[in-house]
Amino acid sequence: MQEVKAMMAGNVWKIVVAVGDTVEEDQDIVILESMKMEIPIAAEESGTVKEIKVAEGDFVNEGDVIAIIEA
Amino acid sequence: MISKVLIANRGEIALRVMRTCKKMGIQTVAVYSEADEKAPFVQMADESYLIGPPRVNESYLNADKILAVAKESGADAIHPGYGFLSENGRFAEKCEDAGIIFIGPTSKVMDLMGSKIEARKAMKKANVPIVPGTEEAVKSTEEAIEIANTIGYPVMLKASAGGGGIGMQIVNSDDELRKAFDSNAKRAETFFGDGSMFLEKKIDHARHIEIQLLADQHGNIVHLFERECSIQRRNQKVIEEAPSAFISESTRERMGKAAVSAAKELGYTNAGTIEFLVDSNQNFYFLEMNTRIQVEHPVTEEITGIDIVEQQINIANGRELSFTQEELRIHGHAIEARIYAEDPKTFFPSPGYISTFEVPEGENIRLESAVTSNYDVTPFYDPMISKLIVKGTSREEAINLLRETLMNTRIEGIKTNVPLLIEITNHQEYLSGNTTTKFIEEHFNLLKK
Repeated sequence: MQEVKAMMAGNVWKIVVAVGDTVEEDQDIVILESMKMEIPIAAEESGTVKEIKVAEGDFVNEGDVIAIIEA
Repeated sequence: MISKVLIANRGEIALRVMRTCKKMGIQTVAVYSEADEKAPFVQMADESYLIGPPRVNESYLNADKILAVAKESGADAIHPGYGFLSENGRFAEKCEDAGIIFIGPTSKVMDLMGSKIEARKAMKKANVPIVPGTEEAVKSTEEAIEIANTIGYPVMLKASAGGGGIGMQIVNSDDELRKAFDSNAKRAETFFGDGSMFLEKKIDHARHIEIQLLADQHGNIVHLFERECSIQRRNQKVIEEAPSAFISESTRERMGKAAVSAAKELGYTNAGTIEFLVDSNQNFYFLEMNTRIQVEHPVTEEITGIDIVEQQINIANGRELSFTQEELRIHGHAIEARIYAEDPKTFFPSPGYISTFEVPEGENIRLESAVTSNYDVTPFYDPMISKLIVKGTSREEAINLLRETLMNTRIEGIKTNVPLLIEITNHQEYLSGNTTTKFIEEHFNLLKK
């Protein structure tokens, strides 16, 4: 099991996968927006999206878990 | 005569403009979003008006709301600062229509310089050198590839309406261009509502050097020399200084004259800046014109002794410049370091609560800060929280003072780029003035894992 974590504080701009999707390593999971910058957050390993813990528009802090991927 | 100015901006530049207004005996009006309720600039203004939610479209870009506040408060002029509405010709027009002075150039010149393609044409007409490239917008990937092969790779693919590096990419081959063209055009369309793209030859080992201009409404134009702004990350400036350690006296003179003649050709009024790329042989090429006050204007103020905001207001009042080019001199050397709320290694934003914000004070140290201790930096706006400006009789003296000040700066609670700034002031290439726009990328290759 892999936790996808926010690497910066910001708002969730877009969620680009859904629960049950199969994702590859380096595939974008969500796009965060902070201070005029959009940063894609990608999966570090391939697997299936088990859970998405945020909604579009949510504020997340650095280190918050965004999604859980099961290998 | 202007007696009350509304500042259509936030943060350090709002404070900066208010300071000069107070010095001139002019009343100030702040407008602010819900995210900025506790910001120092809201406290400093004589009157403050809440204009909307944090999102910029509902607050700092809401032209109609801002104009309504201007009328309600009785402001007779609007200072737009930089960013937001500062280069929006429609906003300037609306101010003109409402009988409110827009402190800046005419909307016509702003529109012309807002289109990079049109700006290139205007500069060519004024005999200002431009980077070899396309005269018109490139319509398709195929046309782009054909042109790129005529100019020769590497080329810069740029959005005509672009800024801040968005919609811009270096391409080295047909393949890369094919991949980059549509995605950048689409991005430019999303961000600027204009997906026109053009191509320019990539100038190798380029420095970014710009000329500050002041032009009154009576045809008098002077330049306030250059600023060297080569130290950048993500195509945004990090350290700026004046004068440039690189250009010769004759290049300085030629660049100044070119900028003045460009302003003459355009019929430019108020403060403006012409940005040039300068190659290793001191050839210079027009890059773009900024029709507003620049973030880095303080370094010019420090070496010339001229308050640029005061000049902007005087010009907007219809007054003639009170000095000539011949009377202007460079005194000493000034450097500005931008303090960003960001990770110093990855450059990712780092908003949050600042528990401690302490920058040493002293002679030749000037701090333009949007924040204080016990202050919450929100994720809604630009990550620049402060500017530290130092001055010395020589470049070496200025660098030493900058390093010492940064080393005694304490900012706690969020991450900032201060550690990177300190490293730069210790870097041999920086000390020797050997700084191209690739300086951070080449010497602090931090973006890659």
